[in-house]
Amino acid sequence: MQILWFTERAYHTEDQRLNDRLEDLVIANQSFFGTPNTMFDRKIGADLLNMYLDEKIYADELGGFDGVMLNEHHANPWCLGAVMDVEAAILAKVTKKGRIVLLGNPIPTTANPLRLAEELAMIDLISGGRLVSGWVRGAGCESLATGANPAFNRELYEEGHDLILKAWTDPGPFRWEGKHYHYRYVNPWVKPLQTPHPPIWIPGLVSPDTVRWAARKRYPYIALATYLEPTAELWNIYTETAAEEGYQAGPENFGYLQPVFVGDSQQRAEELGKRFLFGGNFAHFARPEWMFPSGYNTKEATRRLARQFTSPNTPGRTMASEWTDTQDVQEIKRRIYGRYDKAREDLQMIAGTPEHVIPRLKHVMNVLRPGVLSFWIDGPVPREERLKCLRLLAHEVVPALREHAKTLGIVDPFERKPGSVPLNASGKPESVSRLNAVAAY
Amino acid sequence: MTSSSTLQWTRREVKAGDVLLEVLTAGEGPPLLVLHEELGSPGPLQWQINMARQRTLLIPQHPGFSRTPRQEWIASLRDLACLYGIYLRGQRLHPIDVIGFSFGGWLAAEMIANDPSLFSSMTLVGPVGIKPPSGEILDLFMLTTDAYLRASVRDVGATVEFNTLYGAEQTPELFEAFEDARAETARLAWRPYMYNPSLPHLLQAAAKVPTLLLWGADDAVVPVSAATAYQAALPHATLKIFANCGHRPEIEQRAAFETALNTFLKRGEA
Repeated sequence: MQILWFTERAYHTEDQRLNDRLEDLVIANQSFFGTPNTMFDRKIGADLLNMYLDEKIYADELGGFDGVMLNEHHANPWCLGAVMDVEAAILAKVTKKGRIVLLGNPIPTTANPLRLAEELAMIDLISGGRLVSGWVRGAGCESLATGANPAFNRELYEEGHDLILKAWTDPGPFRWEGKHYHYRYVNPWVKPLQTPHPPIWIPGLVSPDTVRWAARKRYPYIALATYLEPTAELWNIYTETAAEEGYQAGPENFGYLQPVFVGDSQQRAEELGKRFLFGGNFAHFARPEWMFPSGYNTKEATRRLARQFTSPNTPGRTMASEWTDTQDVQEIKRRIYGRYDKAREDLQMIAGTPEHVIPRLKHVMNVLRPGVLSFWIDGPVPREERLKCLRLLAHEVVPALREHAKTLGIVDPFERKPGSVPLNASGKPESVSRLNAVAAY
Repeated sequence: MTSSSTLQWTRREVKAGDVLLEVLTAGEGPPLLVLHEELGSPGPLQWQINMARQRTLLIPQHPGFSRTPRQEWIASLRDLACLYGIYLRGQRLHPIDVIGFSFGGWLAAEMIANDPSLFSSMTLVGPVGIKPPSGEILDLFMLTTDAYLRASVRDVGATVEFNTLYGAEQTPELFEAFEDARAETARLAWRPYMYNPSLPHLLQAAAKVPTLLLWGADDAVVPVSAATAYQAALPHATLKIFANCGHRPEIEQRAAFETALNTFLKRGEA
């Protein structure tokens, strides 16, 4: 099993008063995206970006992890990694062992995918072939932040993907006359070290369209901290699509991002884990009109949204929509943190000592059997306690999970090529997840 | 016949090139082409009900705005303008009087820039299409539909027809129709947002076509400065600015709007 760790590189400071001010702004705005950047302090930003890089170098030296996962967001205090490839390039040179897993580059908001192909090739070359490349459509607000037309988001994504792969693998020069991208001379001199190209994994928030697309391409799908049951159901959609393509999906086709916080005191770890909910977390990533800008969704998804936004009794309404009865920031904050116990119960956050978190993480593995597991550490937590969390994960939690992976027969995408197992003669795929294990916990 | 409070629309499918265009039709008398705005075709509006007593209203439903299917090849306002030129010529409707609202005003301007023979007169109501010399065109894509609609009138509470049109609980069907309209507007007008830098230069071709520009002095969608840019491009045009009015004079100051429009349309009859 590939074990990674991840953090959003949020704009959190050691000064709790500043954190409180930012949190109040985000909550009043009902969105991290759209929070004015007037609160950005350049000195603090410089300090934080270096701190986040230092953590990754520290974790690489600690051992235990197979690599680090990065992402990018724009115009957002949620994530300072606005240009993830810059961070990846530094890690490519400075770290020695771990994979650099980019989940992912938002192709549609990249004006020039050929440039992206070159950046990633350089990262792979400098790192000695440690790059795992991933692609995302980008949340809708990334289109607003970068000027990319959301109505062509999926077209840009698919065409950009095809262009990058061709640039990496086909001999140049060649011509590209697509619908959205036009290049008269594609001949990148730098190509990735890994052949035919770096592994490609696709992260997502359980959009069936993306899951099916990933399955057709035989790319592992990495679910980003979604609820266990719908995630397991989505594995089945992937597995069925894989069967249509003639292969049996396995753990090597799946990954999962799990919010955790580990400390040496149960009480303190729980307290710090609660800070993951800062500002409302995902529910406040962006307001609906920014998350799903015009044309970003398919007609099918728009119909689903229409029901959500117009019927008060439809499941799946955003958390924010439950708070429309009050504008009181402190009251909303109280409700956000009031959800912590439920989040822990649903394993949306696993916080505690190694002895506490290990059985819960094993349960996640029992249900999802993912070939890739990434820990997600976030929230305004003092630096030393973040580093302690990494140490405890690396030294105490990860070894136990690796042993458990063996007993479950979990293989990762490096042990078995995703999409390489033929479908059995019956033509019926075996389920990878164990939905019946959800309740076993 | 049309009654005083309702309008009997006929939905006609008309072939325009390779597109089957849905055209809402109502009323009697000489035709008046109505080009709808960026959020689709609202209505029926009271001014339409009144106008239908003397004119046949033709309201083509822009492709992709929920009724006429989206056409993959239509990638700009100019493409759409050319399609509508094919429609008018094909139906032998030209030259025709046209009135366009906001996005529809821009569309009319693109049509006449492309083919001055299409229109006998042109009325543009708060048209986008030219970059305002000062201020910015309000960005639909940063706002909810509801917020955008509310910004389109100066005083929501005082605009009775606004509440008739938009005051009801939103249904899934209406949400979807708005989303369709927004998505197609994004495809056609995302960048530059809601204007075409070449339009002012090409509008000179429209020099001989009588033109009326109607604008709300407090238009929060298209700054009134854009009216002066339109006037510079169309020096012969008459500009009428409504005081204490936003982007929707047809519902905010309907009586004054109707007077201005009727006077203009009847100018040749006197």
